Parts: sequence; C-alpha cells; structure tokens
Amino acid sequence: MNPVNYLYLSALLFTIGASGVLIRRNAIVLFMCVELMLNASNLALVTFSRLHGTLDGQIIAFFTMVVAAAEVVVGLAIIVSIFRTRHSASVDDSNLMKL
Amino acid sequence: MNSLIPLLVAAPLAGAALLLLGGPALDRFGHWLATALAALSFGFGLALFSDMLGRGAEHRAVGQHLFSWIPVNGFQADVSFRLDQLSMTFVLLITGVGTLIHLYSVGYMAHDERRRRFFAYLNLFLAAMLLLVVADNYLLLYVGWEGVGLASYLLIGFWQHKPSAATAAKKAFIVNRVGDMGLSIAIMLMFVEFGSFAFDPVFGGASRASEGRLTAIGLMLLLAACGKSAQVPLQSWLGDAMEGPTPVSALIHAATMVTAGVYLITRSAAIFNLAPDAQTAVVVVGAVTLLFGAIVGCAKDDIKKALAGSTMSQIGYMILVAGLGPIGYAFAIMHLVTHGFFKAGLFLGAGSVMHGMNDEVSMRHYGGLRKYMPVTFVTFGLGYLAIIGFPGLSGFFSKDKIIEAAFAKGGTEGWILGLCALVGTTVTAFYMTRVMLLTFFGEKRWQPDAEGNAPHPHESPKTMTIPMILLAIGSVFAGGLFALNDSFLTWLEPVTGHAEGNSPLAPLTVTLLTTACMLAGVGLSYVMYGRSAVPVVPPVGSPLTRAARRDLLQDEFNHAALVRPGSALTATLVYFDSRGLDGFVNGLAATIGGVSSRLRRVQNGFVRSYALSMFGGTLLLVATTLLMRSF
Amino acid sequence: MITNLAAVTGTTSTGEAVQFWVLAVVAVGGALGMLLMRKAVHSALCLAATMLALAVCYMAQGAVFLGVVQIVVYTGAIMMLFLFVVMLVGVTSEDSLKEQLKGQRFAAVLCGLGFGVLLIAGIANAKLDHFTGLHEANAEGNVPGLARLIFTRYVWAFEVTGALLITAAIGAMVLTHREHVKAPKTQRELAAQRVKDNLQLPPLPAPGVYARHNAVDIPALLPDGTIAEDSVMETLRQRGQIRDVSQAMLQRMAELENTTADWLGRPSSERPPVAGPRKSLEPVPANNVNNVNNANNAGVPKADEEGAE
Repeated sequence: MNPVNYLYLSALLFTIGASGVLIRRNAIVLFMCVELMLNASNLALVTFSRLHGTLDGQIIAFFTMVVAAAEVVVGLAIIVSIFRTRHSASVDDSNLMKL
Repeated sequence: MNSLIPLLVAAPLAGAALLLLGGPALDRFGHWLATALAALSFGFGLALFSDMLGRGAEHRAVGQHLFSWIPVNGFQADVSFRLDQLSMTFVLLITGVGTLIHLYSVGYMAHDERRRRFFAYLNLFLAAMLLLVVADNYLLLYVGWEGVGLASYLLIGFWQHKPSAATAAKKAFIVNRVGDMGLSIAIMLMFVEFGSFAFDPVFGGASRASEGRLTAIGLMLLLAACGKSAQVPLQSWLGDAMEGPTPVSALIHAATMVTAGVYLITRSAAIFNLAPDAQTAVVVVGAVTLLFGAIVGCAKDDIKKALAGSTMSQIGYMILVAGLGPIGYAFAIMHLVTHGFFKAGLFLGAGSVMHGMNDEVSMRHYGGLRKYMPVTFVTFGLGYLAIIGFPGLSGFFSKDKIIEAAFAKGGTEGWILGLCALVGTTVTAFYMTRVMLLTFFGEKRWQPDAEGNAPHPHESPKTMTIPMILLAIGSVFAGGLFALNDSFLTWLEPVTGHAEGNSPLAPLTVTLLTTACMLAGVGLSYVMYGRSAVPVVPPVGSPLTRAARRDLLQDEFNHAALVRPGSALTATLVYFDSRGLDGFVNGLAATIGGVSSRLRRVQNGFVRSYALSMFGGTLLLVATTLLMRSF
Repeated sequence: MITNLAAVTGTTSTGEAVQFWVLAVVAVGGALGMLLMRKAVHSALCLAATMLALAVCYMAQGAVFLGVVQIVVYTGAIMMLFLFVVMLVGVTSEDSLKEQLKGQRFAAVLCGLGFGVLLIAGIANAKLDHFTGLHEANAEGNVPGLARLIFTRYVWAFEVTGALLITAAIGAMVLTHREHVKAPKTQRELAAQRVKDNLQLPPLPAPGVYARHNAVDIPALLPDGTIAEDSVMETLRQRGQIRDVSQAMLQRMAELENTTADWLGRPSSERPPVAGPRKSLEPVPANNVNNVNNANNAGVPKADEEGAE
C-alpha cells in the first residue's frame, strides 16, 4: 500500500468536517467538526513528515494540537456564556449582528 | 544707515500688531501710540533722506537684504529692500502725509468707540504702503500691494454697521482683485521671461526680451495700475470708497494708495520704454480717465464724491504723463507729490466741514461757511488754488509741466493729448470752483439732520487744523520748490531717466494757454453758481448731468457688461452641473445604493452562512491554484 | 514494533496496510456518525472513535509521541471537556432536522463534494511515490528527536504557544466568571423572604416519587394525581426535561385492568373506562419551546402540547 492513502483519508475527513460546520447548528457539534478538520490536517502533517523523513511535520502537528486545545477552551467558554444568557446552543439563534 | 530701511516698515507694522492684539487696555492712548509710530517712521525717512543727500547722485540708491523668503532652486524670492530717489520720494510723502493724517484722525475719530482699531488699520496701511514702495522685487511689492488693498477694504468698511459702507468695501475689494490678477500675471510672465522678478534682472533683461512679451507684461501692469488707481475701466470703486471715514479718503484714496499705480508704471519704466503699444494704452487710459473723473466731479453734490472724481481725474493726468515715457515720468511723480499735499488738504478740509455740519455731505446743504470755519476756509482755499493750477502754487508747476509734456509727445497724438489735458484743466477749475462756492460762499442752505438738530458750524479742534495748515503750506510751496532749477527733475533723473520732448508750442505759450483755460473754467463756474442762488433740491439737469451724477453710468455698464453675462454663465454652469454632473454622480450613487441594498441580504447574521461563503471562497482558491499549476 | 512497520519506503508492509484499511473505515465511519447523529453526545462519542483511530495511524507512521498525545490530550482531555459542556447544555438535546437557512444544506453538500474532489484530485496529481521514512530521524527515538527540535529550532514558537495557553485559560475564566453585584443571600434571609412573600412556606416537594427513570427529572404527584412541577430543579424545568409519569401510571393501570378483563372474558360494557388525558395544572413556560426542547414524554401526549407546535 502506498502511504499516500493516509493523505486521501485526511482529505476525506477534512471535507466531512467542513461540511459538518456548514450543516450542523449545535455550536458544540460545530466545534467538534472544527476539531475533526484540525485532526485531519494533523494526519496530513504526520504523513508529510514521513514523506520527507524529517520530524518538522510532527512538530507542527504538535503545535496544532496545543493551539486546538486553547481554542477549545475559549470556544467552549463562549458557548457556555452564550447558553447562560440565551438558553440555546444553536448558532442560528445568535444572529443579532446583522443590519 | 541702511538697516533703518526695514525699520521704516517695521514701526507701523508693530503699531498695527500692538493695537490689534493689545485689547481694550490700549484704548486710552492707542491712537497716540499709532501716531507716534507713524512719526517715528517719518523720522527714519528723514534720516535716510539726509543720508542720501550726502551722497553723489550716482550712489544714492541703496539696498538692504533682509532674508531669503522662498529659496527654491531657480526661484529665489528675497525680502530685500531698495531705497532710491523714487522710493525716497514716496517714503517721505507716505510717512509725512500719513503722520499728519494720524494726527488729524485723533481729533476726527475722537468720539468713535472703535478708534483703537481704526488706528491699527491706519498703521497697517502705512506698513503695507511702505513695503510696496521699498520692495526690491515684484513679489514683495505684490505683498505690499495686497496689504494696502486689505487695509483699504478694512477702512472703507470701517463703519460696517452701515450697509452702504460694507457694500462699498466689498466693491473696492472685488474691483481691486481684477487689477491684482493683472499684477500677478505680470509677475508670472516676468518669471517666465527673465527667470526672476527682482528689479535688477527684470530691467536688465528687458532689452533682450521680445516686444510682444514686454507688451503683454506692460498691459498686465497697466491693468494692475487701473485697479489700484481707479482708472477706466476699473474706476467704479473709488466713488463708493468715500463711505469710509474722511481721513481714510484723504490718506488712502487721495494721497497715497491710489497713486500706487503711477508708482508701478514709473518703477517699470524699463519695460514700458520698450513696449510702445503698452505705452499707448497707458496714455489712452490716462486721457480717458482724466476727462471721465472731471465730468463726474462736476455733477456730484456730495463733497467727498466730487473730490473723489477730482482724484480720479488728477491721477489720470499722472498716468497719462507716465505713459509718455522718459519725457514724463518725473512730472508724473512731481504731480503725484503736489497732488498728495493739496488733495489730502482738501479732503481734510471737507472732513472738517462735515465735522462741523453734523456729518452732512451734500454741498447743497452748505453755504456761507467761510465765516464759521476760517481756518478750514483758508486751508481749503489754498488747496483749491493749488489744484486748479493758480499761478505760483504747487499745482500750477506740476500741471503745466504735464501739459507741456503731452504736447511734446509730438504729432497728432501730441495735439490730442495736449488738448485733452487743457480741457481737463478747464473742467477741473469749473468743478473745484463749484465746490468752493457751494460750500463757503452764498447764503446758508443748512438743513436739520435726521434727528432734527440744526447744524451749528464751528471750527475744528487743533489736532485737525494743524495738519490742514501744514498740508496747505505744502500745497502752496512744494511745486515751486520742485520746479526751482528743475530740482525735482534732477533728483529723480538717475532712476527714471529724462528726455526733453519736442514740443510744437513754446513753454510760455503752454503756460498762458493753461492759465487761460483755468480762468475760463473759474469764470463759467462763477456765472453758474456764484451769481445766482443754488437750489437746495438738485435740478433735473441735462442728460449728461444726470449720467454724471450716476458716475457716467459706470455701474450700469458693469452690470450689463459683466454681471449679467456672468450670472447667465453661472446659471448655465449650474444647470449643467446639477443635471449633467450631479445626474451622473447621483445616478452612480443610486446604482451602488440599490446594488448594496440587495447585497445587504447576504449579511443575514447567520454564522453558518458566513462559513459557507468562506468555504466557497476556499474552494475557488484551491480550484484556481490547481488549475494554474496544471497549466 | 510499530516503528518497524514504517521502515519501508515507497510502500508499506501488509500489516500496516490491513491496519490502515480497518482504521480508515473506523475513522470515516466515526466522522460520518458525528456529522449525522442528532444528539451531541453521540456526535462526541463518534468523534472520540475517529480520534482514537487517528492516534493509531500516527503511531503507525512513526509519530509515537503524537499518537500518545492524541489519546491523552484529545481523546482524554478535550473530548471530556466537550462532554462536560454537552452535559451542561443538556445531554438529551437534539438538533431539529428542519433547516432554517434556505439552500444552506444543498450548498454545503455541493461545496463539500467539490472540495473533496478537488483535494483528492490534487493529491492524486502530486508525485508522491517516494516516501523517505522516518527510521533515520527516529534513530535515537521519536521523543528525543522531537525534543531536540522543539527546544532548539522551535523554541520560540514553543514559548509563544505556552503564552497562548495561559491566555486561553485566563480568557475562559474571564468569560465564564460571573461577578456578584451584591452579596448572595444567606439561608436566613431566604427563609425570611419566603415568609414575607407567603408563597411556599414549607420546603419544596421532593422529586422522584416514582423512580423509574433518572429520578430528579420526575416530578412528585399532588394528591389529585397531577404533577408538582416545583419538585423538579429549575435547570431541568427550563430545558423542559420534565417527565410527567402521572398519566403513564394511570394508563398502565387501565391497560392492566383491560388485560385482566380480557383474561376473565368480561364483556366490554362491564369494563371500567380508560382514563383519558388530563390537563396539567401548569403549562410549560414559553421560553422552553426551542430546539433544546426534547420530546421527553413522547409516549404520553399532553393536552397543551398539541397546540404548541
């Protein structure tokens, strides 16, 4: 098997994640989709690391994970505070910032 | 000694700044401060004059470079001064007459609440006028030129609560703008032609320039002179300028500022000498104005407006003779100086009369004042004799020389000009005698003023009479002094040059003719106004009189020739602007607005919708990248 | 053992190939599950499965450290955080299937398909037949190799990431922190207030009288058989997660009677009437009618819900 299959898998997962962001309305699920996209790109990075024979790809994937953790923490905090005031986790309900 | 030159300008300028910025604290003594600074400037002038006399005729012109104003490569504007015999003459006239009029104003404006401001403007005027005459380049001269325009505007409209004064100030300013445009164009042409606008390079390079270019510069300078000196066709503002306080009329609109045009032409002699066409234009303007002003002066009942017409006419004489070239420059300046004395004196006399008559200006409401205002009568009378050219007084010598020079032009041209000048003499004598008779002789025709107070004519205070006496002395003796041994001619010759004309008439003949014409005018006037009673209500008069009362229809002409076409043009442009340009612009805006209000729906506030657009954009970017790479 | 699998260049061992196909199916299945499950909890569990599969993929490709970190940090910490928030928001809440934005779902699917096709076509076009492999880079072990890079070449990024994490932690605290404008009421004050208002002097009734479900969400029954909504906690009431079992019990009783009657062979005229649905005393507050509003008592129709939709 050619390891390039990992890249196909990554592309597939990324696309599913992106579609999920567009389709789902629950903010938490939306976040999960974003996480899935990050993971997919991590997989691509790890595969490229193997492709080139250097560890830099893995380092970047590592940093991606750290940043993703930070993002999740802040994002979930936002969701919680929105839920507190609006009693809803649907992103469609927070549409007051339009004209 | 040369370092005194900037101080000439600085002293009154400092006065103006102090008085304007000093606030009410200076109300009590501000007018004396201004007068003292004017006198100080006069003192500097005298010191420089004595210093100049101490040098030989060839070394009298001195310069003083103060600082570089706009030092740009190839464009060097300096603040530097030149004091030669011509400037010196003006400096003494301006500061001398200026100081006297400051003194006069102390009395005249005694009851005005805004006296401090008035004196500040007077000082500002002195500074600007001095800058104008001592500047060493046209750009600095232009600064002074605009400065006197500003001061004139401020002083004409000094009683701004009167709508007529405010309008007159605006009129003077706008008409002067036309002339100023001429000067600025002339300066630009000079810079193009000579690469400089300092006097020396311009005059030095004039001989190498093409005649057409020189004619253009000359005509533009003439336009400037017409504006500032109230010459036809830009004469209309001077009559209305009499709305200003009388000392202003005396200083600015009789003695000094309005003669700036003569100064400009004389100063630019090197250009005019090489541009005969421009000279012809100057002469024509002078001759026309000389008759125009005289005719207007005959018909006016307002004493100041009659004098204003006279001023216009006398400056016409100066312009005429300045247009004759080296034959006449010196005589133009000589008449300018004597005119400065007697016309200032006449205006001060008129102011004194008005002061005594509750600010009444119509001569038909005067009469028999000689007993009530003896000093005014005597000084005004001496000024009168001087202006009509009574033998032995100032005007006689200067005007005689002008008429002589006009004939000396030679040929048909000379005859026409000479006859114009002679007719002018008759008319001058006529209207000045009229003024004299209506004001000081005959029965009393006094009318109560608006509040019903009957006038109680009285002699003016000392501060007003002393300047009048001094100016009267000048009017009597200045001409004789200048004519003695041709001393004035010799004095100015190094600057203006001099050429003897070739007159077809002997000088004595001209003198006799002039005197005869003058006497004819006096006699005619006496017959018309001295022997019969003068009606209080002006008679209807001939069409010419009616036209002259309305300044020979100058305003109607301007309205028909300039204002109405201008309005029509503006209306057309506004139409095109609102329909064409605005239509396009508004249409564009409306289109964008319409598109935007539709596009606005894209901003629906749903975050997933935005995410979709981002994702779509990414899709496009990736597709484009791949497509580009595959080629 | 796993690193050995990655030793081959250009192609992989059969073991890894088998492992890949299994994991790929799990990962894609998990991702699709996450996308399609209506309940957030199920989505989270599906995502956890995908992440675990990916972790093994990382290890198979020589990124042992990352694989472990993936399991510990992602599956362990982040997914737990997700679940925690899901519980907070409402574990039983489901997305309604009704799409509110016109054309959004269609456009999303279209874009997703296009994007996937593009990516896969791009990868297929790239010349990726030579894989260097990591056996050289991992010669002294994966973790020392990574450490060498992190603390030399990427040390600056590492420090900055640390700062970012601190900032995120503080940000989360600030976001979720609620300032008390005034001191919270003490128990004595609350009691005094209750007496003053004269609304509910004795303690609230306890829930869970018929403990057939998650007891706290089952309200107590009043003497006449209706439910006492006060007995359910405020949060659950706001979410509308109250299970009214009073009807169910009566229904059940009626069914029991029916069965007995059937067994005894009684005629239908002698049977007692089945208790019909009764109106509840208190309608559900209007602000609970949103997508969090779950059909908790779907089996027992409530009179006031018929007109609510």
